[in-house]
Amino acid sequence: MQAHQRMLDPTPNGQHSGDSPLLRTIGLTKRYGDFLANDAIDIDIWPSEIHALLGENGAGKSTLVKAIYGLIQPSAGEIRWQGQRIVLSGPSEARCLGIGMVFQHFSLFDNLTVAENVALGLDGKESFKDMSARLEQVSKTYGLPLDPRREVWQLSVGERQRIEIVRALMQDPKFLILDEPTAVLTPQEADQLFIVLERLKAEGRAILYISHKLEEVKRLCDTATILRGGRKVETCNPRRETAASLARMMVGGEIKEVKAASGRKTTVPRLVVDDLSLAPADAHGVRLEHISFELKGGEILGIAGVAGNGQDELFAALSGERLAKDPGTVVIEGIAAGHLSITQRRRLGAAFVPEERLGHGTAPRMKLSENALLTGHAASGMVRRGFIDTAATLKAVDRATETFDVRKAKRDPEAASLSGGNLQKFIVGREILRSPAVLVVNQPTWGVDAGAAAVIRQALLDLATAGAAVLVTSQDLDELAEIADRIAVMFHGRLSAPLAASEASREKLGLLMGGSSLEPKEAAHAAGA
Amino acid sequence: MELVEAIILAVLAASTPLLIAATGELVTERSGVLNLGVEGMMIVGAACGFAGAWLTGSVFIGALFGVVAGALMSLVFALMALGLAVNQVATGLALTILGVGLSGLIGAGFVGERITPAMHLYIPVLTDIPLIGRVLFGEDGFVYFSVALIAGVWWFLYRTRAGLILRACGDNHVSAHALGYPVLRIRTFAVMFGGACAGLAGAYLPLAYTPFFIPGMTAGRGWIALALVVFSSWRPGRLVVGAYLFGAVTILQLHAQGWGVGIPSQFMSALPYLATVIVLVLLSRARSGGSTAPAALGTVFVPDR
Repeated sequence: MQAHQRMLDPTPNGQHSGDSPLLRTIGLTKRYGDFLANDAIDIDIWPSEIHALLGENGAGKSTLVKAIYGLIQPSAGEIRWQGQRIVLSGPSEARCLGIGMVFQHFSLFDNLTVAENVALGLDGKESFKDMSARLEQVSKTYGLPLDPRREVWQLSVGERQRIEIVRALMQDPKFLILDEPTAVLTPQEADQLFIVLERLKAEGRAILYISHKLEEVKRLCDTATILRGGRKVETCNPRRETAASLARMMVGGEIKEVKAASGRKTTVPRLVVDDLSLAPADAHGVRLEHISFELKGGEILGIAGVAGNGQDELFAALSGERLAKDPGTVVIEGIAAGHLSITQRRRLGAAFVPEERLGHGTAPRMKLSENALLTGHAASGMVRRGFIDTAATLKAVDRATETFDVRKAKRDPEAASLSGGNLQKFIVGREILRSPAVLVVNQPTWGVDAGAAAVIRQALLDLATAGAAVLVTSQDLDELAEIADRIAVMFHGRLSAPLAASEASREKLGLLMGGSSLEPKEAAHAAGA
Repeated sequence: MELVEAIILAVLAASTPLLIAATGELVTERSGVLNLGVEGMMIVGAACGFAGAWLTGSVFIGALFGVVAGALMSLVFALMALGLAVNQVATGLALTILGVGLSGLIGAGFVGERITPAMHLYIPVLTDIPLIGRVLFGEDGFVYFSVALIAGVWWFLYRTRAGLILRACGDNHVSAHALGYPVLRIRTFAVMFGGACAGLAGAYLPLAYTPFFIPGMTAGRGWIALALVVFSSWRPGRLVVGAYLFGAVTILQLHAQGWGVGIPSQFMSALPYLATVIVLVLLSRARSGGSTAPAALGTVFVPDR
């Protein structure tokens, strides 16, 4: 880390190598019907520059890079490459010019091998054998080890990203676009990536770096362009800004600080998991192994970990979507519940918020009132002798709307019509307003704008203050540091001993997320804390 | 000996239309499209193939008619399921209903007519070898073509870049699109290849299997071909094995009745489907991960522009 910190010399704006930008967009506009996804965006990218593209979800970042990569055609404005106006008919043309892209949702093929995946991203002018040889060479040069013969479904998320990056590098791009590359990486994996990016920069390549993580941007990027609502707000030097000032530009206002009430008292254990093991439900699943923890009222336990290490399986086992063999492995409010159904667990006072908002948290084509009924019918008096009390369901929607500032076009719209942040506020609100004794929530602010995320985190803190036990699974370490009292890490279906939040440094958590164990003494000490 | 040879010949003849139709459907499904209209495309291929041969006196031209008819039928499917992004299952079923009706209309004038069926190969000495001579060197052109076809498809899928791209479309159309491949165009070609094969398989029936046309003569072979693709777990090698196995079952079923074996013929007819179910169960138990079916199979894709 220190090695590349030294290389970062803040380049003042305007002083760039070469006299014209590598890529320039002038008034780039993309219209979908009446909606302006990009409104006259000007951006200059220079060689040897790591340029951050910041903005909330829906600010237009993806649309902009898709246009630059030739995936969509701009409605107006132009793109200039090395001073020449270009019109891209598709990504292969962009790749020919030297524009590469690493997608956020990887564009990989699970049932094909690494080498085949790489071949598909190239233009097929060399033989498969030559390509494989070059693949090994590139992956070695940049310290991104890959086995070309393995099929993608067998690989970890970090390895998958390596494929994407190697694939892009094999085209020897002058300009590389990375869409939220660190969202799924451990802190250590992210550091590895930064070393590669610094090296690419030193080689004279330009990088457009999309991220939500402001500290990361401040550390890595020379320039930052901030988008809001499809418009460019500002281009600045992120090193001269603070994370707070960058966030203000993204949101267009202050973000409410999340405050924990002081003197929160822990009470009786409300959720106890004792030696829970569970075979995976499907071929791609993770086996849960000997998971134990105890969660008291008034306490928030955070579960960190890279996605796909058993978090979804743990959620399913806690919520009752999958039943445990031994009822005593999951105890809710002192009652063995491992064998109980979701509804029975709700009756015990538990509430659950899954990661996926549409399709799991809500039925997308159903109205909010109907969605309120779906989780509330067991315990909230919305059903009388088998008949739905429509007025009560609407009231539940109104309460969630008012308490959590859910913004929607009409009183009772379809779930799918809400934006991600508003829908998440509704779902969290729906569960919290039932005053649960235990709340299990998975990735509460994933893909949610900063304002809504603050509301949700505050709500979780308030719920704990009111005496509930809250279990939060999140990939966002900053979020866990902000709200959790203790943090445990999930890796390969095992849960580490929880660390007190004050002792859970990024380094320690990162080691655990990568599968290393802490010093036995330290872990024992942390467990006792 | 004579009986064994006769049975092998009969099995080959019964298997060939299954193999040709299933090969086409394999390519279609590998690109991510589920076309359930195989039966309909086959029956139209049969009617048009017979009409072509009857009008021109040439089995070869008849076969071409069948190929073109099947491809045109599949183009209707492609327009609906790919162009308009209609549900593929519904479109495929509708295509079968359309095909059955259309073939009756086209073939109505030809019922009761006869043609000279496809010539069988004859190489002196070789063809006269007992037992294997006629099996290896005395078949009609369709049989040899079907073997070449599946070998060619294997080579295409696993040894060419175009084949890799086609498999990629079937695995993840969003990724394929993001990399700049024209998913819908590739799928249209795959669907049309499937249609051409189904048409040829249908034409085989009145041109080589029996030298006349009767309505509904495909008799469910299109459905068996669909089951066969699943049975093969979308792999050309297993498809060959499955095709001859399924063909053998249909012949066995006829002979079993002749021999007076006390197994109901309906049970024998159901065997291919039963075998498919068993293979699916075994495969899902044996494989530790990954998916056997093309991951994007049957899903609608609308690219954003």
